[in-house]
Amino acid sequence: MTAAVASAGLTKRFGRLTAVDGVDLDVPAGSVYGFLGPNGSGKTTTIRMLLGLIRPSAGTCELLGNPMPDAVLATLPRVGALVEGPAFQPYLSGRANLHRLDAADRTAEARSSVARVDAALDRVGLTAAASKKYRAYSLGMRQRLAIAAALLRPRDLLVLDEPTNGLDPQGTREVRHLVSSLAADGATVLVSSHLLSEVEQLCTHVGVMSRGRLVSQGPLAELRAKARPVLELTTPDAAAAVGVLSGLGVTASAAGDKVTGDPGGVAPEAAVAALVGAGVRVRGFTCASPSLEDVFVSLTGEGFDVGP
Amino acid sequence: MSALRLLGSELRLVFGRRRNQFGLAVLTVVPILMGIALKVQRGRPGGGLVGAATNGPFLAIASLTLETTIFLPLAISMVAGDSIAGESQQGTLRYLLTVPAGRTRLLAVKYASIVVGAFAAVLLVAVVGVVLGVALFGADPMTSMSGTPLPFAAALGRTVLVVGYLGVGVAALGAVGLFVSTLTEQPLAATIATMVVVALSWIAEGVTQLAWLQPWLLTHWFLNAVDLVRDPILTTNVVRGLQLDAAYIVVFVLAAWARFTTRDVTS
Repeated sequence: MTAAVASAGLTKRFGRLTAVDGVDLDVPAGSVYGFLGPNGSGKTTTIRMLLGLIRPSAGTCELLGNPMPDAVLATLPRVGALVEGPAFQPYLSGRANLHRLDAADRTAEARSSVARVDAALDRVGLTAAASKKYRAYSLGMRQRLAIAAALLRPRDLLVLDEPTNGLDPQGTREVRHLVSSLAADGATVLVSSHLLSEVEQLCTHVGVMSRGRLVSQGPLAELRAKARPVLELTTPDAAAAVGVLSGLGVTASAAGDKVTGDPGGVAPEAAVAALVGAGVRVRGFTCASPSLEDVFVSLTGEGFDVGP
Repeated sequence: MSALRLLGSELRLVFGRRRNQFGLAVLTVVPILMGIALKVQRGRPGGGLVGAATNGPFLAIASLTLETTIFLPLAISMVAGDSIAGESQQGTLRYLLTVPAGRTRLLAVKYASIVVGAFAAVLLVAVVGVVLGVALFGADPMTSMSGTPLPFAAALGRTVLVVGYLGVGVAALGAVGLFVSTLTEQPLAATIATMVVVALSWIAEGVTQLAWLQPWLLTHWFLNAVDLVRDPILTTNVVRGLQLDAAYIVVFVLAAWARFTTRDVTS
C-alpha cells in the first residue's frame, strides 16, 4: 500500500517550544487512521503542517504523494479538511458560507456549485437549517457545517481534526457512520481525537502522540496485541496460590488477598482447576486483557484529557 | 474566471456587512450637511460668491475634499484592516487556505475588493453631492478655482476626474491597510494602525520643519484634487500625486505578499 500521508522527521518549533518533534507519520492509502493524543500533544500543529498552513522547522511531509507545502495548490483540492474546530462568516447563512468556500476553489465547477452545496448539507443533516445565519448555529450544527465543507467535492483524503467535538451522542454516531461510508468509498481518512472510544470503533490504524512525539503507530490490531492479559485472583490462601501458579509457569505475586500474574500461554480454566485441586479457596478469578485505554495511558504516560 | 467568482463572493461579503453599509451611509452625511448649510446661507444677505457659485458638481467636489481628511481614510482603513486580519481572527483564513484559495490569489482578490471599495466610497459621495446639489442649487455653470465659469457638463466631467484621482489615492492608502492587516490577527489593530499613519501624515503636513517629508505622504497630494477644477487643469501635482499613489501600491502590496505567502497561519 502507498502512503496517503507520509512525513519524515517532521518538526515544528515556536521559539524555544518544540511543539512537534521528529514525527514520522505513515498513513496507508485507504486506511482510517486514528491520530490520538492528549490535548496539547502536537496533533493539530502536525495537521497544520500537513495542510501547508504552517511551515515545518525541519523534516518533510507528503500528502497523496506530493510534497507539502510546495504542492498545496495541486494537492489540496483532493483533500477535505477540518482543522481545530469550525470557523465561518458569522453573518452569512450556512449555505452562503459553503458557496463562499466553493467560490474560493479555483478547480471547482461553478455550474454544479448549487447541487454540490445542497448535497453536502444533506449529507450532514443541515438542509433544514441551511438558511439560518451561522452565528445562530449551535456548536453541533457548526461542526456539521465544517464537515459539509470538507465534503463539497469527492476527496481522496479527509483530514478531520476532532470531528465529533461538541456533538451529542446521536451526532457522534452519525459522524462515525459518515466516516465509515467515506472510507467505504475508497477515501483515506485521518481522524484526530483525544477520545479513545471514538477511534477504537472507527479506525484500522492508529498513531499516538505524546508531548510532540509519535510514540506508537501501526494497525489497530498490532496495538491491541501489545495489551497482554492479566490474571487476577482473590483468595485467602494467597501464598499457596502463588506457589500453584508458579508450578504452572505463571509468574504471579500476592498482595493481601489479591494475586496478580501474567498467564502467558496457560488457559484460565486450567489455572482455576489446578488452584481448586490444590485446595486454594478461590473467591474470585478474572483473566482479561487491559482496555486499549490502559495501553494508551501507558504509552502517553498521562490521562487522556491532560495536557503537558 | 475563477478569481472573478471569488471576487464576487468577496464583494458580496464586504458590501453585505451592516458595518460597511453604515460606514457608507456616514460618508453621505457630509454632502447632505454641506448642501443644507449652503442653501440656508444663500437665502440670506452676505451669501457671497460661494453661495452664488454653488451647483451640483461644486457640492460633490467640496464634500470630497473635506472627506479626504478623515472620513474616506477611516472607511478604507476599516475595510483594508479587516481584509486579512478579520479572516485570521475568525479562523476562516485557515479554511480558505485549505480549500485551497491560494495565498497570492486570495491576497489579490482582497486588494481588488479594497480598490472597488475605495472607488465605491468616493463615487457615492460624488453622486450624492451632484444629485443633491442639482436639486438644491440647479445646474448652473460653476465657478472654477481659477475664477472662470465652467459649464455644467464640463463641471460634471471635472467631478469624474476628481473621483478617479481620489479613488486612486484612497486605494493607495488601502494598500497600506492591506499590508498592516497581514501583520496581525486583530482587525481593529490593523484599522487603528492605518488611521495612525493618516493622522501622523496630517500632523506632519502642519509642521514646517517636516516640509521635506510632506511630498512622500499620500495625504499631501489628496488636496491637489482641486487642481482638477482649475481652468485649465493644473496637471503637475496631480501627476506627482498619482506617481506616489502608484509607488505606495507597488511597495505595500508587494510587502503584504511577501509577508502573507510565507507566514504561519496558526489562528
